[in-house]
Amino acid sequence: MEFLRDLWGFLRVRKKFWLLPIILTLLLFGVLIVLTSGTAVAPFIYTIF
Amino acid sequence: MAHAILGISAYYHDSAAALLVDGGIVAAAHEERFTRNKHTSEFPINAARYALEEGGLRFDGLDAVAFYDKPYLKFERLLETYHGLAPKGLRSFLSAMPVWIKEKLFMRNMLKNELAKLGSVKPRMLFPEHHLSHAASAFFPSPFEEAAILTLDGVGEWATSTIGHGTGNGIQILRELDFPHSLGLFYSAFTYYCGFKVNSGEYKLMGLAPYGLPGAGQTEQFKQKILDNIIDIRDDGSILLNMDYFNYATGLTMCHDDKWQQLFGLPKREPETDLTQPYMDLALAAQQVTEEVIFRMAETARKLTGSQYLTMAGGVALNCVANGKLLRRGTFKDIWIQPAAGDAGGAVGAAYAAWFIGNKKQRSVNSGADSMKGAYLGPVYGAPEILRTAKMYKAPYEYYPEFEKLCRKVAELLEQGRVVGWFQGRMEYGPRALGNRSILGNPCHPEMQKKLNLKIKYREGFRPFAPSVMEEDIGDYFQLDRPSPYMLLVAPVLEQRRNPLPENYDRMKMFDRLYHLRSDVPAITHIDYSARIQSISKQTNERFWKLIKAFKDKTGFGLVVNTSFNVRGEPIVCTPEDAYRCFMRTEMDYLVMGDYLFTKEGQPPWKEEKDWRSEFQLD
Repeated sequence: MEFLRDLWGFLRVRKKFWLLPIILTLLLFGVLIVLTSGTAVAPFIYTIF
Repeated sequence: MAHAILGISAYYHDSAAALLVDGGIVAAAHEERFTRNKHTSEFPINAARYALEEGGLRFDGLDAVAFYDKPYLKFERLLETYHGLAPKGLRSFLSAMPVWIKEKLFMRNMLKNELAKLGSVKPRMLFPEHHLSHAASAFFPSPFEEAAILTLDGVGEWATSTIGHGTGNGIQILRELDFPHSLGLFYSAFTYYCGFKVNSGEYKLMGLAPYGLPGAGQTEQFKQKILDNIIDIRDDGSILLNMDYFNYATGLTMCHDDKWQQLFGLPKREPETDLTQPYMDLALAAQQVTEEVIFRMAETARKLTGSQYLTMAGGVALNCVANGKLLRRGTFKDIWIQPAAGDAGGAVGAAYAAWFIGNKKQRSVNSGADSMKGAYLGPVYGAPEILRTAKMYKAPYEYYPEFEKLCRKVAELLEQGRVVGWFQGRMEYGPRALGNRSILGNPCHPEMQKKLNLKIKYREGFRPFAPSVMEEDIGDYFQLDRPSPYMLLVAPVLEQRRNPLPENYDRMKMFDRLYHLRSDVPAITHIDYSARIQSISKQTNERFWKLIKAFKDKTGFGLVVNTSFNVRGEPIVCTPEDAYRCFMRTEMDYLVMGDYLFTKEGQPPWKEEKDWRSEFQLD
């Protein structure tokens, strides 16, 4: 719940409601990832992500 | 009752924790020093635990925990960047998203879970922006009532650079430059192209640049090509990068190697291969362009704020060559740079932002003195711990109850050209060893630079070493008219100390040029007669000052070579055990821990099951 409240607050303050469908889609994928894989480690050369 | 705030920097690189009690810094440390994993991104549980211990606090005694950036804002930048550049960046997107969806989007929970290891209460959590944390780390501990603030790094959430104005207990951000246009990433791209590791090799690029030939045809050509094709510098210092040449926004590398090769006529240098003149010239061109941007930004900061003082933070503020030149340009009357200018410093900045901006507390400034306590903010280990280590390794030692006598002995050893590990007092916060976790040498010894690089630090032979000089003697050696306590200013060695160069100097090979004795303090005089200076005051670090004084009494020179107590790829030592291990693994001659002197020859043979070099990834 805290996450959803934070997320809503962020979208409202930044007026970035158009990101909502993208985030929801990603979260759906996220459920799949959580169910199917181990630790997520980004292979980036520069940790800007 | 005391009010305490714990600042945290984590999950990207250089994790750290810092504790403020009633607005004063009590403790700050990098997590890498405890875990022995350089630039670690893990939650700084050890550093946080240490900070609480140092402050004599339980976790439930904290008013708030401040994290050094805003995760959702960073996520917004990622999504908008991928969206704006689609379909490019699909691979990068697919690699980045799992981490975010599984972990970083739930940062608050992640932090709570980690903090639960310190105590069961749930303190208030604050998330100041990344560059506000940098700005707070620059201004609030500075010795100025009001000052301009310049923050420069790779990227935070959106911002890559900001200009701000600090007055009293407030900070106003006046200008912001956003991703992907970043001076830090511009410099990192050249670091990468010259064969160094991004995010740690930038200071090697800076050290390599003076080997480039200033004014020579190739350097000028490179510079012109950079300005014509890669970066557009506006009058106010804001920059636009030509993203056709960069790959970091959508790819997994810094730049498009093929395009750079076409532009510079030079392939990307493979790591650990020989360095040739073109790469040195390219490094110099990149350094000069970077300096130009910093100078213009600083001038804009001066105009916008009207302030006579500048404070700086962010990884680019560790570019001490640019800092020294900026100071000499006289745009500002004085400059103060946060010693932990990189992301580790975000921990102290976040805590400061929470205290002064969040809690609206009054700020008072000690005239002329900053609040960083010399950056000696880490753990201290006394005689019991040192003796325990000696017992563990059956290490013989000599005890010197009189510190002056120990100093005289060490000064004598240094004079003889011996290399001494110097482990005293509280560990430093920030990337530099400032005389408490240092390896020391004789600056006058003609072979010292070579010996330290190749036999002690096991690192690239071209890299320079810094001097630690008694504050009152700076003017005897360097063209610098003020203290430089954090080794963040480079200044020229005095002309009268320099030796003339041979006629064919520019045509000599790199190492022939390097080993030419350029001054009467050759070990700390870089190829261009510059030195990265640390001044030592008796008030801030009395023991180190006394040692240098003893060296001066013996030799007439009030300075020593000071390099961090570690080998290449290893975090700076933290405990007596780390120090003893590093001492035994290298060709260091002596180790001093507290009042105890360890002689290499007297130690039992050092045995390890596997090659210790494989323990540390080369940086």
